[in-house]
Amino acid sequence: MAAPMLRWVGRGRRWTFARVDGGSCHRREAPTGSTSNRIRGRSSVAQQPLYTTQKPRKGEHKWAAVVGLEIHAQISSNSKLFSGSQVRFSAPPNSLVSFFDASLPGTLPVLNRRCVEAAVMTGLALNCHINKKSLFDRKHYFYADLPAGYQITQQRLPIAVNGSLTYGVCAGKKQSQVIPKTVRIKQIQLEQDSGKSLHDDLRSQTLIDLNRAGVGLLEVVLEPDLSCGEEAATAVRELQLILQALGTSQANMAEGQLRVDANISVHHPGEPLGVRTEVKNLNSIRFLAKAIDYEIQRQINELENGGEILNETRSFHYQLGCTMSMRDKEGKQDYRFMPEPNLPPLVLYDATSLPAGADPQQVINIDQIRETLPELPSVTRERLVQQYGMLLEHSFTLLNEVGLLEFFQNVMKETRAEPKKVTSWVLNTFLGYLKQQNLAVSESPVTPSALAELLDMLDSRTISSAAAKQVFEELWKREGKTPGQIVSEKQLELMEDRGALEQLCHSMMEAHPQVVMDLKKGNPRAIRRVR
Amino acid sequence: MLGRTLQEVSAALKQGQITPTELCQKCLSLIKKTKFLNAYITVSEEVALKQAEESEKRYKNGQSLGDLDGIPVAVKDNFSTSGIETTCASNMLKGYIPPYNATVVQKLLDQGALLMGKTNLDEFAMGSGSTDGIFGPVKNPWSYSKQYREKRKQNPHSKNEDSDWLITGGSSGGSAAAVSAFTCYAALGSDTGGSTRNPAAHCGLVGFKPSYGLVSRHGLIPLVNSMDVPGILTRCVDDAAIVLGALAGPDPKDSTTVHDPINKPFMLPSLADVSKLCIGIPKEYLIPELSSEVRSLWSKAADLFKSEGAKVLEVSLPHTSYSIVCYHVLCTSEVASNMARFDGLQYGHRCDINVSTEAMYAATRREGFNDVVRGRILSGNFFLLKENYENYFVKAQKVRRLIANDFVNAFNSGVDVLLTPTTLSEAVPYLEFIKEDNRTRSAQDDIFTQAVNMAGLPAVSIPVALSNQGLPIGLQFIGRAFCDQQLLTVAKWFEKQVQFPVIQLQELMDDCSAVLENEKSASVSLKQ
Repeated sequence: MAAPMLRWVGRGRRWTFARVDGGSCHRREAPTGSTSNRIRGRSSVAQQPLYTTQKPRKGEHKWAAVVGLEIHAQISSNSKLFSGSQVRFSAPPNSLVSFFDASLPGTLPVLNRRCVEAAVMTGLALNCHINKKSLFDRKHYFYADLPAGYQITQQRLPIAVNGSLTYGVCAGKKQSQVIPKTVRIKQIQLEQDSGKSLHDDLRSQTLIDLNRAGVGLLEVVLEPDLSCGEEAATAVRELQLILQALGTSQANMAEGQLRVDANISVHHPGEPLGVRTEVKNLNSIRFLAKAIDYEIQRQINELENGGEILNETRSFHYQLGCTMSMRDKEGKQDYRFMPEPNLPPLVLYDATSLPAGADPQQVINIDQIRETLPELPSVTRERLVQQYGMLLEHSFTLLNEVGLLEFFQNVMKETRAEPKKVTSWVLNTFLGYLKQQNLAVSESPVTPSALAELLDMLDSRTISSAAAKQVFEELWKREGKTPGQIVSEKQLELMEDRGALEQLCHSMMEAHPQVVMDLKKGNPRAIRRVR
Repeated sequence: MLGRTLQEVSAALKQGQITPTELCQKCLSLIKKTKFLNAYITVSEEVALKQAEESEKRYKNGQSLGDLDGIPVAVKDNFSTSGIETTCASNMLKGYIPPYNATVVQKLLDQGALLMGKTNLDEFAMGSGSTDGIFGPVKNPWSYSKQYREKRKQNPHSKNEDSDWLITGGSSGGSAAAVSAFTCYAALGSDTGGSTRNPAAHCGLVGFKPSYGLVSRHGLIPLVNSMDVPGILTRCVDDAAIVLGALAGPDPKDSTTVHDPINKPFMLPSLADVSKLCIGIPKEYLIPELSSEVRSLWSKAADLFKSEGAKVLEVSLPHTSYSIVCYHVLCTSEVASNMARFDGLQYGHRCDINVSTEAMYAATRREGFNDVVRGRILSGNFFLLKENYENYFVKAQKVRRLIANDFVNAFNSGVDVLLTPTTLSEAVPYLEFIKEDNRTRSAQDDIFTQAVNMAGLPAVSIPVALSNQGLPIGLQFIGRAFCDQQLLTVAKWFEKQVQFPVIQLQELMDDCSAVLENEKSASVSLKQ
């Protein structure tokens, strides 16, 4: 879609200029060597922090990978970081642009309180030290969707530092064991998002949409404590859950609310770290894992073959499943950082430093924010384990699917069935059906109440387990019937009349003398022949 | 009527001696007559007349908005004005019509002032002569004054008069010329290193730079954000106080404005007695380049205070001499950053080249900026490079702190205000001025004014006397941060003592005889 031009001076000029470099990687050179080989070579590395080459040689070293992440999370707020324009996804192009966002001369930034609170909340949830004083800086580079020619960020003194993020990696034969791991958080900084460039290759023009320009971002910088794609993916997933629980970001990767850049290097353990590359354009958790594992293997292959790793930026091509260099013509960028002179230092308070009689509208109290923190995912999991006696890995699954925990809790509210039973039904049957049809929890044809009713019937032994599955399948058809209706229509109730059951047994035995004989001989499996 | 002060004409409006429309038309006709001064880039005639009409209605209904209602004012062309072209005297912004008003402009309009137009300046306010804008240099009205011409007749060496006109100083030279030539009663300038005080001194006006943070910068197209302040040019100190009263105060759109309430309105008491005052004379300001006339007036001014019972102390501002070089680093660095937005995409000039985005940027910026701006961008980017940042920018910031501390120490020693020269000498002829390049001139001309911006202090230049050539000379008072009222009160007392003469432009404005009605006898107590 062609964005309307953003012009403040009404002269009839077309909003068109030559394409901006760096946007597409398909024009660029692929890494030397066969791409497909590399993809194949990558398959085994996922769970293995130490890497071996494809053709093991005698006395060869093992490789270790070092992965650090920079995660940009769009702050969930009504207005932008430094202007009053609304924040909304998929609004018509250039409809949410204030004079400041378009960097009209003379406009000045005004810090959004909500964004600061979101940063403090996130910092606290990630065990960070919150800096009572932080500073804003300008980071300069020319780009068409960066109207001021610089981004306001926090380079020298960010709002939060020295935190940690604990996540669980699945291990064991069936991947059913959860091993807790921790990655250190270097810092969290507030910064502005850029606009979007839409490249129209056909007409060789670039269209600029400034709706996103100036939206508040939390840049979360992780220390390079990760060693493979899976660890990175799991850590990011955990961060996503935390941000969503806090409400500080919707953290939807598909909508660009969570964007990840990965710094990757390989080395032999005990030796200095290798040269790192930065991989950008990672817009799903799956691709994040793939890209990292691909890049690790690429670097190992490169080094094994006597090559050299360049300190460069690469982009992940999700169709080809490989990373490609997006080298700048000008080489190394110097961002010419400078203090932002239009924003005084950001000063935060806690209960001890809060000045007496301070206007609550003018100050932010860290302690007050700490008190309002919601339950974090790790605590929720612990609670599930304690309260329902479920396995830790089950609690992970419950939280990992959007809406699944809520569904589970709603079923629990309405059913007399054992938590274990409910967990099993929700995680196996219900989730299985969803996955099979690629549905989200919110799209499920079965409501929590219906499942609760079904489980009650199972619990009270009104129906058998096999019948319950049958009822569930009926429910999935969305015919608007309750489990009770389905059971009575299909006559699926268990029989409870002793006399009738006895009579039934006798007639069965009479009808199958051979089976009775075999059973008496000690072959219990013979009963299966009775249908 | 045109020769009166803002305060006087405000009284006349209230008493119905003149209507806002009549006043507006008189000013407009004088603007046309003095067009050759090149004071205005844009004359907003229609806007002004419409505002005058509305003001007239308010006066008729007895609903005047205050002292500024119906008063013609001018605004430097680096303040954003909604619907009125704002160029910064640069090709880059030629044709740019902002969609919003700077806070200070809005405040003037809210008080009923009439916006006569946008005044000339050096490109993006980078200069000290008002000679380096794309619309050409501003001519100092004093070049055409009776006082100057008579002195020149006595000089047998004087050359062709028309080519020998004087610069206004700058960069707010258009605003200074506009007020000095009676085309308006007050004008907004901007002051980053002396850009309001310098032309005020050369044009015989009061040029006031408020404390940093007292007046909003929102809508002022920045030169150096951490030093820029909207400045006020008027014919007397009381007028400056009236305008300051309208402009001062916190602005939610400028996070660097202060919230602490400051006494408003800025009514200045008439000091009867200066015996409780302590005036500081910074010894480092006595430099060889200072003209003997200015030096002599400066010491006479100090003597005047002393003779009236004030304590006059010599003080030391040891780091002042580093101010200009330090300013060079900080100013160019911020300029490099602030000018990055002018890329031809959203607004302003764009070149015709479109082979690539980079080529378009480069050509746009080459065509849009003059040599001075491009030179500062280049140096600024050099200072901000990773390898240079510590050695230049950080060092300059440290020196800036030392300069600011010098002032704090002086004030802590009991000094109330500092008294210094504003400029090295009186205004020089244009042909003389352009013998040196912009950088050299700026470094020379900002020497007494620049350190104040480093420290964010209020300062005001007061016209004192005419030089031997019949040209105005100003002296500068510097006050404590946010003690703007005290500073202006002292300045007002001083102004009253020196009785600076009114510019005589009767030849220029032959049929504007009204100018002469207010002419005072040139009884200058400090006259040499």
